[in-house]
Amino acid sequence: MDKLEKANADRYVQLENIEMTFTTKKGTFNALSNINLNIKEGEFISIIGHSGCGKSTVLNLIAGLLAPTEGFLFCAGREIAGPGPERAVVFQNHSLLPWLTCFENVYLAVERVFGPGSVDNETKVQLETRTHAAIALVGLTHSSDKRPNEISGGMKQRVGIARALAMEPKVLLLDEPFGALDALTRANLQDELMKIMAKSGCTAVMVTHDVDEAILLSDRVVMMTNGPSATIGEILEVNLARPRDRLALAEDHDYNHLRSEVLRFLYERHAKKVA
Amino acid sequence: MTNSTIAIDKIETTKLKTSELALKARALFKWLIPPAFGLLMLLAIWTIISQQSPNLPGPIKTWYSAIELFSDPFYDNGPNDKGVGWNILASLQRVGLGFGLAALVGIPMGFIIGRFEFASKMCAPVISLLRPVSPLAWLPIGLLVFKAANPAAIWVIFISAVWPMIINTAVGVSKVPQDYMNVAKVLNLSEWKIVTKILFPYVLPYMMTGVRLSIGVAWLVIVAAEMLTGGVGIGFWVWDEWNNLNVEHIIIAIFVVGIVGLLLEVVLTQIAKKFSYE
Repeated sequence: MDKLEKANADRYVQLENIEMTFTTKKGTFNALSNINLNIKEGEFISIIGHSGCGKSTVLNLIAGLLAPTEGFLFCAGREIAGPGPERAVVFQNHSLLPWLTCFENVYLAVERVFGPGSVDNETKVQLETRTHAAIALVGLTHSSDKRPNEISGGMKQRVGIARALAMEPKVLLLDEPFGALDALTRANLQDELMKIMAKSGCTAVMVTHDVDEAILLSDRVVMMTNGPSATIGEILEVNLARPRDRLALAEDHDYNHLRSEVLRFLYERHAKKVA
Repeated sequence: MTNSTIAIDKIETTKLKTSELALKARALFKWLIPPAFGLLMLLAIWTIISQQSPNLPGPIKTWYSAIELFSDPFYDNGPNDKGVGWNILASLQRVGLGFGLAALVGIPMGFIIGRFEFASKMCAPVISLLRPVSPLAWLPIGLLVFKAANPAAIWVIFISAVWPMIINTAVGVSKVPQDYMNVAKVLNLSEWKIVTKILFPYVLPYMMTGVRLSIGVAWLVIVAAEMLTGGVGIGFWVWDEWNNLNVEHIIIAIFVVGIVGLLLEVVLTQIAKKFSYE
């Protein structure tokens, strides 16, 4: 790998001097200030912070759903000008279309990315094969003809993940993907996500408020200060070997050290004042 | 010993059966009694008023007149004397045409207004200005433009039915959750896919509400419009019977209009239920 390529791989997703100001009825609100972040190709990044610190805003900026007031965002060397299928999003509330079956929900995404009019221009059979493969990847083949309201919350979120992964995105964006799930389901899905990410090797950015989730899944944890004018307070490298096992890590000294680092950041230095 | 047990068992089961039957009867009773009571009250009030006012026929007189009338609903003695069946069908046809045109125009317009802010702001003053106008005020314009009574009546139905469809569809479109629109954005869906896969299924229940309101208004308006335009139709029939001073027939017409309106409502509610994705 020559130097230029190496540099590009190190700055696969790039956030440069981001300022984000919202105009509301009560006036302007400076949500984010001076955000600088480089994400490596294949890296798993978590963004953690108290609620209201603008971590979802960062994710929406990378997704292209929001445009920054100032600053620039790049993905794979190109400026992010709007949403696109190369940056797939797993939404917090799954956002499946309730009138479509699980299969149809995933197919909608697959059809757009690989179907008629795309570069690949695949046939219907190929598209269906892709869809089935994505649903099988999250272990939901038996429920693929069910509608979202007929399956559990964890299953819905899996379909959301399948939909995102089926698009073969360059970057996977996860907005508190397991926030609405019970602890056991969450742990299961975290383990599955780790396996899937290891297989696909795609870059991921996850917003979370769960310290254990952040450390377990990530290569780096980005900790944000409280808003308004929230910024990146500290970035923690998670040098734990993969594959990671939650049971072994529970006893691991390094893991617990990292965990207390994050906790100290969140609850000592940047404690949220309870109104 | 065993015999007596069996006998007791038998008694128990029959008891159970009768109690089950009693339960069902009670449910039926509960379901039937209040509406029946309401209708009886209506008949009672009607009877009392008819006894005070000698020109107003009572329920019994009207009933016999109705039996006579409906024994031959489809006779045809020239353009001014047709059976009540023909009149109802003529009115339904006008409502169907006017309403169909209103749906054809109103639903796509509602989509455009709900989807594009510019269109919404553009149409808002026009809609606010024209919507409160009584549909009958449009009748002279219809007569002037179409130079015939029948298209003018259909035009009035159109103009009265189009607003609820535009407004309800537009409200539905504007209420589509941002989450679904974000999905559309992230997937980069084409406008056609957004309409068919996201907007249309979401808006359908709102649209059906608009359709129901529209058909209600259309059926309300047709009677008045036909009184003014003449020809064949339930509205004209009412006016004709007033000129004949056949008050029984006017009362029958009121019931007929009510029952047909109710049936339209029931049918559309059933269709709406079919289309709901939940």
